[in-house]
Amino acid sequence: MDISREELLDIYHTMQKIRLFESKVRDLAVAGEIPGFVHVSIGEEASAAGVCAALRQTDRITSTHRGHGHLIAKGGRLDRMMAEIFGKRTGYCKGKGGSMHIVDYSLGILGANGIVGGGLPIAAGSGLAAVITGKDDVTAAFFGDGASNEGTFHESLNLAAVWKLPVIFVCENNGFGEFTPMATVTSVTDIAVRAQAYGIPGHIVDGNDVLEVFKYTSEAVARARAGEGPTLLECKTYRWEGHVVGEAAFLGEEAYRTKSEVEAWKLKCPLIRFQKWCAETGKISTAELQRIVADTEKELADAIEFARASELPDVSEVTDDVYAP
Amino acid sequence: MPQLNFIQAINTALAEEMERDPLTFLMGEDVILSAFGATKGLIDKFGPKRVRNTPISEAGFVGAAVGAAMAGTRPICEVEFASFFYCAFDQVCNQAAKLRYMSGGQATMPITFRAVFGAMGGAAAQHSETVYAQFLSVPGLKLVVPSGPSDMKGLLKSAIRDNNPVIVFEHGGLGRLKEEVPGGDHLVPLGKAAIKREGKNVTLVAIGAMVPKAMKVADKLAKENISVEVLDPRTLIPLDEDAILASVEKTNRVVIADEGHLRGGAAADIAAIVADKGFDFLDAPVRRVTSLDVPIPFSPPLEKAAIADEARIEAAIRDVVGR
Repeated sequence: MDISREELLDIYHTMQKIRLFESKVRDLAVAGEIPGFVHVSIGEEASAAGVCAALRQTDRITSTHRGHGHLIAKGGRLDRMMAEIFGKRTGYCKGKGGSMHIVDYSLGILGANGIVGGGLPIAAGSGLAAVITGKDDVTAAFFGDGASNEGTFHESLNLAAVWKLPVIFVCENNGFGEFTPMATVTSVTDIAVRAQAYGIPGHIVDGNDVLEVFKYTSEAVARARAGEGPTLLECKTYRWEGHVVGEAAFLGEEAYRTKSEVEAWKLKCPLIRFQKWCAETGKISTAELQRIVADTEKELADAIEFARASELPDVSEVTDDVYAP
Repeated sequence: MPQLNFIQAINTALAEEMERDPLTFLMGEDVILSAFGATKGLIDKFGPKRVRNTPISEAGFVGAAVGAAMAGTRPICEVEFASFFYCAFDQVCNQAAKLRYMSGGQATMPITFRAVFGAMGGAAAQHSETVYAQFLSVPGLKLVVPSGPSDMKGLLKSAIRDNNPVIVFEHGGLGRLKEEVPGGDHLVPLGKAAIKREGKNVTLVAIGAMVPKAMKVADKLAKENISVEVLDPRTLIPLDEDAILASVEKTNRVVIADEGHLRGGAAADIAAIVADKGFDFLDAPVRRVTSLDVPIPFSPPLEKAAIADEARIEAAIRDVVGR
């Protein structure tokens, strides 16, 4: 695989940013410092980082309610994301979107989305816009295994396939739709096989191996840019935390999975795996990786300070931005 | 000025706007052959890249229009019959309508949705509904209901140039209605009502296909010296409240005629606005003439009985002017 040292460092930085940012967001949510529902993707960092490493800035993504990782991987700033999650006017959406709805147009982030499967057709449309305007930008649509049972999944794959749209459908299969194990509500074991129904390539990817995710995404991007149409990638992964932060308070512990299952997946941590690979291949020194962690901690501390210090929106802003001029 | 029917007016508006702006394109169910004729021939002018038949999958292609709009193009998206919007409700109401607000003003959503609605003779419940009421309480959308070819052309062109999701509702029963339509850049602004006929005794707010019916009733009552002012709001969002209230201030009576249902509908909304802001102008109760609260039936006499008609409009007017 053709990947530079610089890219490897970026990939690790991205995964660390996601891990530390979301760990902090979880803690702040538990402490009651931030409003609303918070969904974190701790344990799933490799799919976000691997996919976005294969994209350029003008490429676009759509994301999910569990979207912090995708946004960070596409270049979203921690301070403005944190401010948004705090509901502050300095946030990406001036405090009107919150954790589930962060958008950054300048980075091609068309939005996290609170509706399961809501972003899939939007990604197809973003690919269509590339075709209409004659640009070779691709769009990656992140979604979960739960969304693969939504009509929008099937309609979007069909539409993208029939129009050969430059879209990469990235299923992060973490095994659960909310609190329901996938196997009890999904007719197939592997989401990737559903690609066959639409005549497009479908690949099962180890979603905890960031380099494998990067490799498959790079191939899909090349296909898309060449006008050969969409690809479905299924990144098999696992979420260490609950569906929503704080769920144990109303569901109880081990309501739908055992602690030992979670612990077993923690052993497959995508960050540790990457660190080991770096040590084995000698590509990046441990000291360099540690420096990245330290840098990220500083960046995160600054982001939290920024969010805390920022003003809440003025109530007069409540009616702004409903309509465009 | 050329005489055009409703369908020709739509076709002309689409062709002019697609000619004007290369970022516009047409997508939807059977837009190449065109079941109603509104998009007929556009494929010859603009080619398959900009005139696209979609699969019959409303959530998928309506959502794709949302994504295409967010990514810098201006889709004109046809949902053949307005009742099919139910299949794409999430994409219209949760996505198109909200993304600008939720993104703090970053997203622009220049989509024009077009859909045929209304009772048109035996199409039955799933092809005859007047569904704009379902979108009235969704902030972020604009709703356009033209009543004739000239307004159709001007409103559709304005909708296409608007930077927000606009749904243009085209009544299926108005297709052959002809009138003089200005050529060239004939634009009718969104949010501006039209007084279709001036009058002194009662304001008849008529929406969409109720306008031609209202004009007939007004003609008939004029012979008895009942002077009816016919006001067509033309767009329900934005709604020209000032024009409605000014007319009621002048006539002191109001009847609202709409093909939608009675409960929770456009007529209910306008009646509430008049009661709320124009109560002191009123000499008689506000009357709503709407379709019955039933799914629109198939059989011709039942269909006729279900929808608002001239006799009911006339009776409502006689009631309020008699007080």
